[in-house]
Amino acid sequence: MRKVAPSSGLRRAEALAGYMLSLPAFILMWAMLLGPAVSVVLLSLTDWNFGEASLRWAGLENYVELWSDRVFWISLKNTIIYVGISVPATVILGLLAALLIESVAHGKAFYRAAFFVPVASTLLAMALVWEFMFHPTVGFINQLSAFIGLPTADWLQNPGTALFALIAIGVWQNLGLAMILFMAGLTAIPKDLYEALSMDGADGAWERFRRVTWPMLGPSLVFVVAITAIRSFQVFETVAVLTEGGPSKSTEVLLYTMVQQGFTFLRSSYGAAITVIFLIFTLGVTLLQTIALERRTHYG
Amino acid sequence: MPGVTLRNIAKQFGTTPVLRGVSLTVEEGEFLAILGPSGCGKSTLLRIIAGLETADGGEVFIGDRQVDHLPAKARDLAMVFQSYALYPYMTVAENIALPLQMRRLSSLQRLPFIGALLPGTRSLRQQVARDVNAVATPLGLEGLLGRKPAQLSGGQRQRVALARAMVRHPAAFLMDEPLSNLDARLRADARAEIISLTRRLGVTTLYVTHDQSEAMAMADRVAVMEGGILLQLAPPQALYDDPQNLAVARFVGSPPINIWPVEVTDRGDMTCCGHRLPFRARSSQGSAQLGLRAENLDIHRDGIPAQIVRLERLGMETLVHCHINGLAGTTILRLAPGAAEQFSGFESIRLLPKKAILFDLQGNRLPIIESARIDA
Repeated sequence: MRKVAPSSGLRRAEALAGYMLSLPAFILMWAMLLGPAVSVVLLSLTDWNFGEASLRWAGLENYVELWSDRVFWISLKNTIIYVGISVPATVILGLLAALLIESVAHGKAFYRAAFFVPVASTLLAMALVWEFMFHPTVGFINQLSAFIGLPTADWLQNPGTALFALIAIGVWQNLGLAMILFMAGLTAIPKDLYEALSMDGADGAWERFRRVTWPMLGPSLVFVVAITAIRSFQVFETVAVLTEGGPSKSTEVLLYTMVQQGFTFLRSSYGAAITVIFLIFTLGVTLLQTIALERRTHYG
Repeated sequence: MPGVTLRNIAKQFGTTPVLRGVSLTVEEGEFLAILGPSGCGKSTLLRIIAGLETADGGEVFIGDRQVDHLPAKARDLAMVFQSYALYPYMTVAENIALPLQMRRLSSLQRLPFIGALLPGTRSLRQQVARDVNAVATPLGLEGLLGRKPAQLSGGQRQRVALARAMVRHPAAFLMDEPLSNLDARLRADARAEIISLTRRLGVTTLYVTHDQSEAMAMADRVAVMEGGILLQLAPPQALYDDPQNLAVARFVGSPPINIWPVEVTDRGDMTCCGHRLPFRARSSQGSAQLGLRAENLDIHRDGIPAQIVRLERLGMETLVHCHINGLAGTTILRLAPGAAEQFSGFESIRLLPKKAILFDLQGNRLPIIESARIDA
């Protein structure tokens, strides 16, 4: 058979059909994802406050102000501390929980559900419980501390401990998610790898973990780190309900600052600038995740 | 190279017995295939020898050493898995080196970074690298040592699995259907490769397979298993010519053996569908089963009337599928292509067995006497 070159008219019709077919996805993508992000960026470059009738192009004014805003820097620092502690804690504890639950003979489903309850429940409601737990006198944590002879504190009202109390709540909430993802990763590890390992001369728990479990969990690990990092960057409810950024700005975090500026003080464009900073961090995490996953091509 | 001896191995999963007292001996340097349908317990048996599974009863010896109480790593065996079980995150060289590292380096020396600082680690690692090369080169893996398993073809992965098993010169090889993930062409190559490797190394090999042609082609002796029982252990030809059991006769050989229901009179005369057969049973009478290989049937005017239903032309031979009135299924007759030329299908012929094996209704072998041939 001889190949016939398509006429230019046909080719144009085909191209048109292609564009038409991708149009719905294109529209949705812009309306749902890219549009709002671009609007936020544009808004952050104006001086618009909520309710005002007019706006002015302000260039980088908002960002210049952010640069010299003491509260913003505190907020950024607190957020980074929050993420920097809660991510490794969640990942390590989540992995331990997954390994422990995988190793029990009975009641796997129960433990899995128990650890997952905080993920599924409303953090706003759970914050109430935590407020009680952290209560300086009747709270369970101080009671326990006192009982085993550890120092007690007014955890949520002390500038030195408030952020760490919130981190503990965050870890508690995200732990179940990390655990579920790790468990999925663990069940996907072929059993014969462990058997090959014991034939090859390694059958201790540590060797099994180091030679098979840990490397095979690589993709799960990347995903868990990314998702807990993004969720940690989004810390807001506990701050809003339990500490309101205090005491003395010790729990001021990015989203809380943003909400204050944008919704309480109605400085919409300034809030938008903080949101852009927030988006940059989230994007950074996602980018790192993609790079990390693409470097591990051997899991084909 | 020590042999492997099993005494009365039994195993249950829950209430289901998987092995019901299996005893066998693999001679030093022997290549023994364990053949059976899936679920016959052959893989479980191999895993019990390997130490990956504990038997409920019985004893395993490697040489004179009883190993039941030993963990897998202390039994000095190497296993090739059906899935190859290569570590996907390690290179080919690292995969092959791991068994050596686990045995030659102390646990401190194996630690990343710290191990490299300890005295002796370097020269040990160099020795390991030399041994890896020595194994990889004859298998044609020397150019692939830096690759990850995902970057290899099925045949290459299979050779890496072999290299990993060979590298530390184990007392015996255990192979669990190592060729079943390869396509037919590669499988023939890999068969030859495994045979020449194990012959050259002279190492005792236990090879589990469900493929009778693989077992027959590769093994010195074949152990046929069914339902957790060892039915027969014999060299391939003996298994084919002299099966002790109907299940063995059915399992071995392609095309499968023909089974005719026969009646034996009190004088020992044998009939099938009312036709006299040229055999006599020595003792029993009543109903029995006659096993006839496709090449042991002749077209003969004194034979049983049959009708050709299909011709299967395989090139070097033609299989003639026949229907015999009163018999379920088809009877297959093997002819040279020239002899089969006269048929195109649906002709009536007469079949006369020239050699047969007799079984009772339970499938046990019965003695048979060939009576005077009915001459043409």
